[in-house]
Amino acid sequence: MSYTSLTDADRDAMLEAIGVASIEELFRDIPEAMRFRGALDVPPALSEAELTRHMEQLAAKNVLDEVSFLGAGIYDHYVPAVVDAVLQRGEFLTAYTPYQPELSQGVLQAIFEYQTAICELTGMDVSNASGYDGATVAADVCFVAKATTGRSKIVITEATNPQVRQVVKTFARGFGLEVVEVPHSGGVTDPAAVRAAAQDAAAVIFQHPNFFGCLEQAPEIAAAANDAGALPVAHVDLISLGVLEAPGNYGCAFAIGEGQSAGNSMSYGGPHYGFLAAREPYMRRLPGRIVGETVDIAGKRGFVLTLQTREQHIRREKATSNITTNQTLLALAGLVHLSLLGPQGLRETAETCMALSAYAKDRLQAKGLELLFPEQATFKEFAVRVGRNGREVTRAARTQGVNPGYPLVRDYPELDDAILVAVTERRTVEEIDRLAEVLAP
Amino acid sequence: MKLIYEKSRPGRRGLEIPKPDLPVPAIPAGLARKTPPRLPEMAEPEVMRHFTELSRRNFGIDIGFYPLGSCTMKYNPRVNERLVGLPGFRDLHPLVEDDAAQGALELEWNLQEILRAVTGLPGVSLQPAAGSQGELTGLLCMRAYFDDIGEGEQRRKIVIPDTAHGTNPASVTMAGYEVTPVKTDARGNIDIDDLRTKVDEHTAGLMLTNPSTLGLFDENIEQIRDIFHAAGALMYYDGANLNAVVGISRPGDMGFDIVHINLHKTFSQPHGGGGPGGGPIAVAAKIDPYLPAPVVVRDGEGFRLDYDRPKSIGKVRGFSGPFGVFVRSYAFMRAWGPGLKQMSEIAVLNANYMRVRLQGAYELPYDRLCMHEFVLSARALKRDHGITALDVAKRLMDFNYHPPTVYFPLVVPEALMIEPTETEAKETLDEFCDAMLQIAREAAESPDELRAAPHGRPVERLDEVRAARNPIVRYGFARADDDV
Amino acid sequence: MAAAETYPDGLRYNAEHDWARVEGDEAVLGITWHAADALGELVHYEAPEVGTAIAKGGSYGEVESVKAVSDLISPLSGEVLEVNAIVVDAPETVNDDPYGNGWLVRVRLSNPAEIESLLDVEAYRKELD
Repeated sequence: MSYTSLTDADRDAMLEAIGVASIEELFRDIPEAMRFRGALDVPPALSEAELTRHMEQLAAKNVLDEVSFLGAGIYDHYVPAVVDAVLQRGEFLTAYTPYQPELSQGVLQAIFEYQTAICELTGMDVSNASGYDGATVAADVCFVAKATTGRSKIVITEATNPQVRQVVKTFARGFGLEVVEVPHSGGVTDPAAVRAAAQDAAAVIFQHPNFFGCLEQAPEIAAAANDAGALPVAHVDLISLGVLEAPGNYGCAFAIGEGQSAGNSMSYGGPHYGFLAAREPYMRRLPGRIVGETVDIAGKRGFVLTLQTREQHIRREKATSNITTNQTLLALAGLVHLSLLGPQGLRETAETCMALSAYAKDRLQAKGLELLFPEQATFKEFAVRVGRNGREVTRAARTQGVNPGYPLVRDYPELDDAILVAVTERRTVEEIDRLAEVLAP
Repeated sequence: MKLIYEKSRPGRRGLEIPKPDLPVPAIPAGLARKTPPRLPEMAEPEVMRHFTELSRRNFGIDIGFYPLGSCTMKYNPRVNERLVGLPGFRDLHPLVEDDAAQGALELEWNLQEILRAVTGLPGVSLQPAAGSQGELTGLLCMRAYFDDIGEGEQRRKIVIPDTAHGTNPASVTMAGYEVTPVKTDARGNIDIDDLRTKVDEHTAGLMLTNPSTLGLFDENIEQIRDIFHAAGALMYYDGANLNAVVGISRPGDMGFDIVHINLHKTFSQPHGGGGPGGGPIAVAAKIDPYLPAPVVVRDGEGFRLDYDRPKSIGKVRGFSGPFGVFVRSYAFMRAWGPGLKQMSEIAVLNANYMRVRLQGAYELPYDRLCMHEFVLSARALKRDHGITALDVAKRLMDFNYHPPTVYFPLVVPEALMIEPTETEAKETLDEFCDAMLQIAREAAESPDELRAAPHGRPVERLDEVRAARNPIVRYGFARADDDV
Repeated sequence: MAAAETYPDGLRYNAEHDWARVEGDEAVLGITWHAADALGELVHYEAPEVGTAIAKGGSYGEVESVKAVSDLISPLSGEVLEVNAIVVDAPETVNDDPYGNGWLVRVRLSNPAEIESLLDVEAYRKELD
């Protein structure tokens, strides 16, 4: 008994109208050899109360650390209550893609406002309505870069998030692309190494701040890519764009990233949203939905999905992407969060992250720990050397209620004594002091 | 209605941020932002009111009937929204060690088990973020399989029927394959004679939705299976229409080797205005080694993420997938239990009931039992009265319905694809059919008035040509307010 | 204002609804009323670059309406000498005047013998029926 209204009387009336004797007859087109005659091997149905108890038991088996400095691409930023309230509006939650604009001005305008916010933050001319996550938008941009430049090589920095690199490599095969990584040196990427690698590349993808939390020489990397005729793609953090220069202002063709830091709970990895923004010449090649402004027959301003000829439902095998369902609701959450923050609040969030992580660096060093990349300026994350295997240290720290961060050995085997510590505006001086106590050798 | 940027006023603020009494390090010259981003400056009450006002200009399943074919717009259970908000789910970081995520991993395992039971296929990956990503993932697994058995170079083609959803050919291109189209016959099945000429040793596989986008179960599915398997090719099942056959027929039993499921269709993940969704895939044992890594496995009493998958195609999305979508879909499945079969039975009953009520006033191109959806044509209305499927769609809005899918599938002119789902009451179906019948009468009696629809909406018909010709895709800031 | 349905006499046509006006060793190419009508009001013309070599039967560009995209299939082989900037700026010109101001490219023919295999207006009209 779940969410249906059908009574015996309903069923009988409907079967009679259709002209069959039983529901079973409605399936007579299915060959008997393909009919499933058993009962589905799934656990018995649960009432809402039983379901809730079962799910609460599952949730209780997950262990939330008292204090966590775990980041590495997904961050514990504060999600304001208004975000939840807006997402629970049934008109947003239960709506489909806005293909019928007269019924969907709410979603269409919200996406237009989101597109505007992303363009403002990244310094770009056009943003799509969201991609799946920060890793798949990197693959999306590779597909566009190949179509635009006709080249078949992608350059990506080793200091870019490992999952982003993995996803790019997975899809590059199908796109007919070779992927070349530029190693980091001292936690950052040498623009000269990028220039050398980028000859006959379609695009250069670099994360900034990078996976280690370090600030790259972003304008020089973009210039190196442009010199080689490759499209510079900055993979960026929305919070950092409150204080860091917009990629569109230092020569990038695309700006992409994981939007989770604005508006989304961590939720064991998703759903979140990837953002993808570009300079004007690439508008018609952009994957994903785009909302445009227009007028109706009475001259009133309204919004519609536009440039739909890029998309799969029209262009089919020549589409700029196969994407249909995207991450609209999560992008809406991002818009709400950014709207509550405004430029001042965003800058303060970024500055608080930086101030607290500088304090964390000081406290840890005062306890005798070394930074992995002491020369580098960082944003909200940095790597610290903990004297022995990072994974073991993390496990030990967790028994004391503190998760110190991400053991880099999980992706960079040579960095086995380093932990990536993320410090967001939710952390406090007391928590950082506790971290330093727990990690002290 | 004003844009949020038009309501913004300098100096207003919606959220305070903790400001510790600590110095802020300087940002290296050349990297610092020179101009602040022009995000809205508004207080919280204004922000709440803005988004509430926006929501009231939008239609959702909560508002009314939403019979979009192949979208499965069923009710989104509210308990699921409570469940994703449980702190043990909501606040769990995806990179914690497996021992801290046993609840999440057990949920994923259980979800995989249910998908195995529904599809009849043993290997499952929950990673793909949406149906079309599931398609691409499945095709990449197909490529990996053929490469592994030494047939990768020879097999470059995927057969797709002309009724296929646009994502299918788009996915084929992204996977590096070529599309071989096959025709549909007069009964709405794949044309078997055409198919025989299209399948050979260069074929990698078939992509098929069954029932098709016409809402029809392919009567030749056994022959189709034999043709592909005899050629050494694989069969891919697009699960968009799975709502018709859960517990009734399993894609694995139909002969399919790879299946994607749309959690936001069959299993009630809310559509959210365009997303999120979930597109897990289920595969035959021989394809299992190629699935994206990691995979959830049992480990004694507990569960872990297994990254040791040497033949895996790699990773298609971050982490183990869109976990919040899993929570909702899993909860929906647990609420139904084995009764998921009744879900499909009612979906098919509802669709057939509407079909018989409407098939007189509208053309029914394929006069046979339908499954969970059916396609009508407004061709006669266009020919006789100049009323198109689009006009019908807009007029339905005046009756407070979301229109069905229009102009798809492409093989039916002036198509109206209707899928009621199982969560609609008989009265709703009757009232919708009454409205459709009235519109058919209006087409004959007062077509000009009909064409003026919709009425009373925030906007009338919009100039899409203008939007495409001179795209305005962001707020310009420099312009004067032109709100109405 | 979209033009009325016409198919001028002096032009040659192919089955994909493209026309050619031969002028010595050059030709001007465009799409017919039928193609423009099927697409609806055009919103974008993706033109080839001057100097590009195009082949008979091959695609030399695209035109788009709101709801559809169409490849431009060249009726003749040659080198692109000129692209109609009017249509690039105002694609709807093709709907208003498909054979005049709505021309798409001018080419220098590389294989004039191909002209013989094109349809005259009678044969093209038969294709439409």
